[in-house]
Amino acid sequence: MHTNDDDILAAAEAWAKAGRAVAIATVIQTWGSAPRPVGSHLIIDGEGNFLGSVSGGCVEGAVVAEALDVIESGQPRTLTFGVADATAWRVGLSCGGKIAIYVEPIQ
Amino acid sequence: MKLALLAELNAERQARRAAVLATDTASGEARLIRAAELAGAPLNGSALGEAVADALRKGRSGTVEVDGKALFLTVYVPPVKVVITGAVHISQALAPMLRQVGFDLTIIDPRTAFATPERFPGERVLAEWPETVLPGLAIDAYTAFVALTHDPKIDDPGLEAALRAGCFYIGALGSRKTHAGRVARLMQRGFSEVEIGRIHAPVGLDIGAISPAEIAVSVLAEIIGTLRQPT
Repeated sequence: MHTNDDDILAAAEAWAKAGRAVAIATVIQTWGSAPRPVGSHLIIDGEGNFLGSVSGGCVEGAVVAEALDVIESGQPRTLTFGVADATAWRVGLSCGGKIAIYVEPIQ
Repeated sequence: MKLALLAELNAERQARRAAVLATDTASGEARLIRAAELAGAPLNGSALGEAVADALRKGRSGTVEVDGKALFLTVYVPPVKVVITGAVHISQALAPMLRQVGFDLTIIDPRTAFATPERFPGERVLAEWPETVLPGLAIDAYTAFVALTHDPKIDDPGLEAALRAGCFYIGALGSRKTHAGRVARLMQRGFSEVEIGRIHAPVGLDIGAISPAEIAVSVLAEIIGTLRQPT
């Protein structure tokens, strides 16, 4: 079982070495209450499989969708989710906080 | 991030060495900085070096501004190891709590009646003397050591090793009187008052704990407090 981020980065390396396309999402900033601390990782492969967490479940779905674009384009991007943002409201960061997530491809 | 860089980072983490990944989130460029590199040129004294050292000290990832560039520093410090002498009742209560928190536990007790897999299902229990097995456990600055046997023959060698290894937390069970005897023995073995002062005794936060499980809570809280709020 993957209980911490260390296992997750090892899994990212294993996935990439097995020839899977992989993106790493990292929480780079939080405002207010946020369920996962800065530095937390979520990894995503080209099929949409993912491991780890950046929000305790609230925005993972949206991050996975963006990660697939990042894998496709090869360009990193920064996403923000929060209650002030209509999109984020829809995906629902129930804790009322705001988070920024950096998503990058493994190349 | 390049796969080679991720592999280098994972190798550092596997070896229990602290490292920081500095990422320019605008360009995607990333660089690995090993804790050991901070002491030498060109990082020592540089703005980047100081920002990385500060992040490592706090164990906290975050964005810093260096030479007009915003860099995200991801801090990787090794996961906490906990080594206990004494396969006792408190250890039985501590083991599942440590698992919950994600700390890696090893229990050492040469008394084979105590150190049994039945008493510690799924845990790493070594029925050996501390001086035999501690060298192989590679205790370090990311290790907490707790002495719980009440028996100087078992606890003292463990405490000495923990002091020498610079464990971030060292705790020892026993009354103030027991501890006074321990202090005298350690001084005879050449440890200074300051070094011995690093031992938390009586062990655990003073919350009036009575049962072994309550004492386990107080010990775990003290370990976490020492880790997260170093003085």
